[in-house]
Amino acid sequence: MGPILRIEKLEKSFGGVTAVDGIDFEVNPHQIKALIGPNGAGKTTIFNLISGIYPITSGTIRFKGQKINGLKSYVIAEKGVSRTFQNVQLFENMTVLENVMVGRHCRTRSGLFAAILNSKKTRAEEKRIREYSLEMLSFVGLEAKRDEVASSLVFQQQKLLEFARALATEPELILLDEPVAGLSVPETDEMVQLIYRIREIGITILLVEHDMGMVMEVSEEVVVLNSGQVIAEGTPRQVQNNEAVITAYLGKRETENASYTKS
Amino acid sequence: MSLGSQLLQYLFTGITLGTIYGMVALGFNIIYSSTGIINLAQGEFVMLGGMMMIYLTTIIKLPMVVGFFLSILIVALMGALFERGAIHPLKDPSVITLIIITIAASILFKGGAMFAWGKETFSLPAFSGEEPVMVLGATILPQTLWILGIMAATVVFLIFFFGFTLTGKAMRACAANRTAASLVGINVKTMVLLSFALSAAIGATAGIIIAPIALMDYNRGTMLAVKGFSVAVLGGLGSNVGAVVAGFVIGIMESLGAGFVSSGYKDAIALVVLLLVLFIKPGGLLGSREKGEFKKF
Amino acid sequence: MAMPLGLGNSYYLNVLVFVGIHSLITIGLSLLMGYAGQISLGQAAFFGLGAYTSGILSTKFGVSPWLALLAAIFVTGGIAFLIGAPALKLKGHYLAMATLAFGYIVYIIFNQASSFTGGPSGFGQIPRFRLGSFVFKTDVHYYYLVWILVIIALLISLNITHSRVGRALRSIHAGELTANTMGVNTAKYKIQIFVLSAVYASVAGSLYAHFITFLNPSPFGFHFSIVLVTMVVVGGVASVWGAMIGAALLTVLPEYLRAFQDYDILIYGSILLLIMVFLPKGLFVGIFDLVKKRKNR
Repeated sequence: MGPILRIEKLEKSFGGVTAVDGIDFEVNPHQIKALIGPNGAGKTTIFNLISGIYPITSGTIRFKGQKINGLKSYVIAEKGVSRTFQNVQLFENMTVLENVMVGRHCRTRSGLFAAILNSKKTRAEEKRIREYSLEMLSFVGLEAKRDEVASSLVFQQQKLLEFARALATEPELILLDEPVAGLSVPETDEMVQLIYRIREIGITILLVEHDMGMVMEVSEEVVVLNSGQVIAEGTPRQVQNNEAVITAYLGKRETENASYTKS
Repeated sequence: MSLGSQLLQYLFTGITLGTIYGMVALGFNIIYSSTGIINLAQGEFVMLGGMMMIYLTTIIKLPMVVGFFLSILIVALMGALFERGAIHPLKDPSVITLIIITIAASILFKGGAMFAWGKETFSLPAFSGEEPVMVLGATILPQTLWILGIMAATVVFLIFFFGFTLTGKAMRACAANRTAASLVGINVKTMVLLSFALSAAIGATAGIIIAPIALMDYNRGTMLAVKGFSVAVLGGLGSNVGAVVAGFVIGIMESLGAGFVSSGYKDAIALVVLLLVLFIKPGGLLGSREKGEFKKF
Repeated sequence: MAMPLGLGNSYYLNVLVFVGIHSLITIGLSLLMGYAGQISLGQAAFFGLGAYTSGILSTKFGVSPWLALLAAIFVTGGIAFLIGAPALKLKGHYLAMATLAFGYIVYIIFNQASSFTGGPSGFGQIPRFRLGSFVFKTDVHYYYLVWILVIIALLISLNITHSRVGRALRSIHAGELTANTMGVNTAKYKIQIFVLSAVYASVAGSLYAHFITFLNPSPFGFHFSIVLVTMVVVGGVASVWGAMIGAALLTVLPEYLRAFQDYDILIYGSILLLIMVFLPKGLFVGIFDLVKKRKNR
């Protein structure tokens, strides 16, 4: 199989501001790839373009060879691309379990009439939705909280819930937007383990992060963005030693290559 | 009457109507710009202005000029009271809550007016005589000239206020970015209060100047609000130039429609325009597509 | 259900029939407003469309009332779809105003299309429902008919709220963009529930028409749309039970307020305002919460 995600000449302007200025990169199946770059480099914008939240200005986004730019968000989710959000976007007044069950929506069928008639088939499907969602919850370790209201969870748990919900859509590619932002060191470690487990079940991961230690440890390849353009791509080690990258992060000064190693 | 002068007549009527709708739209814009709220009670300010003026001048027999400014002041105060009582105490209200609250307020204003003045229609003597003036075969009431004049004065005042006074600029700052505005020392709460008062004042002015022509009753507000909103949306919510232009457009369309097609359906014209604009280009004529989409809601 | 046996007085039955008819509408509206988080300020229009379609088909075209009711469902549902599809792309205030405008347009049509609707004075002699030789004539008959339908509507609504679709609706209310990204076709569900709520209102309208046996436009205007929203809000937006409570309260209340006549709108306005400021989740949930807070002290 070719790359699972291919971005070609992607551009996005908001009025006069060009957020994404001609970006090309690929993600291979089962990879863990990271998008990094200083603030404002365009990373979350790219995620929003892939998810169909913003329309693109020009270029193409291909998922498993198929063009997905221009498709509605829910169709993209159906095709197998799911994501988490930078500032956690849970369905706050719904329970933990219900949040995950919404994720099952694109894999199930019972519509309005089925709901009204509440047939055996519908009830059976509802049971399967519930079971699958519970599995996702135990995968991330939130099973005990299943009937709590989502807004009552602590921050780390909310992030885990987002994972569970995204996993419930049975994605082949998952976009993680700053998965460890705001987490403590031990919480970050847990998240990293979870990411490995997600890869183990066959899902490709593209993530955006600022925590360099985590990124360098977890990713096989890294794409570095600055001002809407790709300035470097390669393994973590290659990227760490890249002149342009150092300049982008630290400015044009002769400084020691900042070492972001895990303590 | 020849077709030409008939057309002209409708045009004049349309311009008169358009001025009023435009002023209601300006009222919407002011509150919307500062707070993101659509004040569905806007039409009641117009009604209250007219009714108050009628009451003060015909019943209490105050002189017209005194009545004029006093009415505006009183209604502005009502607007301020409304803000303090119903808007200010809300904590992070949802859109539905805001909509319902402004509707509730409009109902209360309407009920209050009905309580105070009954259900009959009232009229106000024209500002300077009732003799229509002939222009090219069509008649214009002197009141129309007053309407246009006062509208123009209001617009000039608003341009001056928002463009050149500190308070006005502060209000624009709140509209652009509340947090930033408060960080530079602008008292956002006061600005919100002021925007309601100002909006009410403008609405009241519109009510007063139209009263001699249109007759006032307690129920006049709702339709005015809806049409005023149509105008505001057509011109692009928040755009004052748009409001004035769109006001004329809808006023003239309504007048022509009433004259040539059917007077029964004339109210529907502004409504259909509203639907078309909302469905096709919510940003309005002078707004952009994205403006229509990315605004607060 | 066994009540009529104990109530000899037809007046109370009559009120209960209306509570039932109103409940039908509010249950549908609460699905739209509470679960899907959308707003409709024009629900009275669908009520009216159901009533007039039923009435016109059965009087002018001799269609049996049952078939007329069915036809009305399709007509009203169809119109709801045509309006809903573009309107539900709008958010917040824009959606509210679009529904308001739509409601007003329908009301104007009821008043103006006299050849069909009899204009402002309406028309009468609408036949009653019959099953074979049994005619649904008295309040007792109608009481059972209406409340059986309300129970069916309730069951349908409860099934929906506990289903995958209900969950989808709630996710739309909680965060439409997020729901979309998680695979929910939000546009489809919003339209479906909008049409469903219109169908509920249509059935209520048909029931009304064949009960009162004459129709004029006045119950189907903006005023009643607001009363309906009040009913839903008072009872509790996110609850079908609350919707029924709201319908009951606000159908019965005016009976006690008869002494106040037209000032009922003042009372509605005040109720709305007080609830929105102090108990925005409605009586049902609000009182629940208050009790909980007391317990936790």
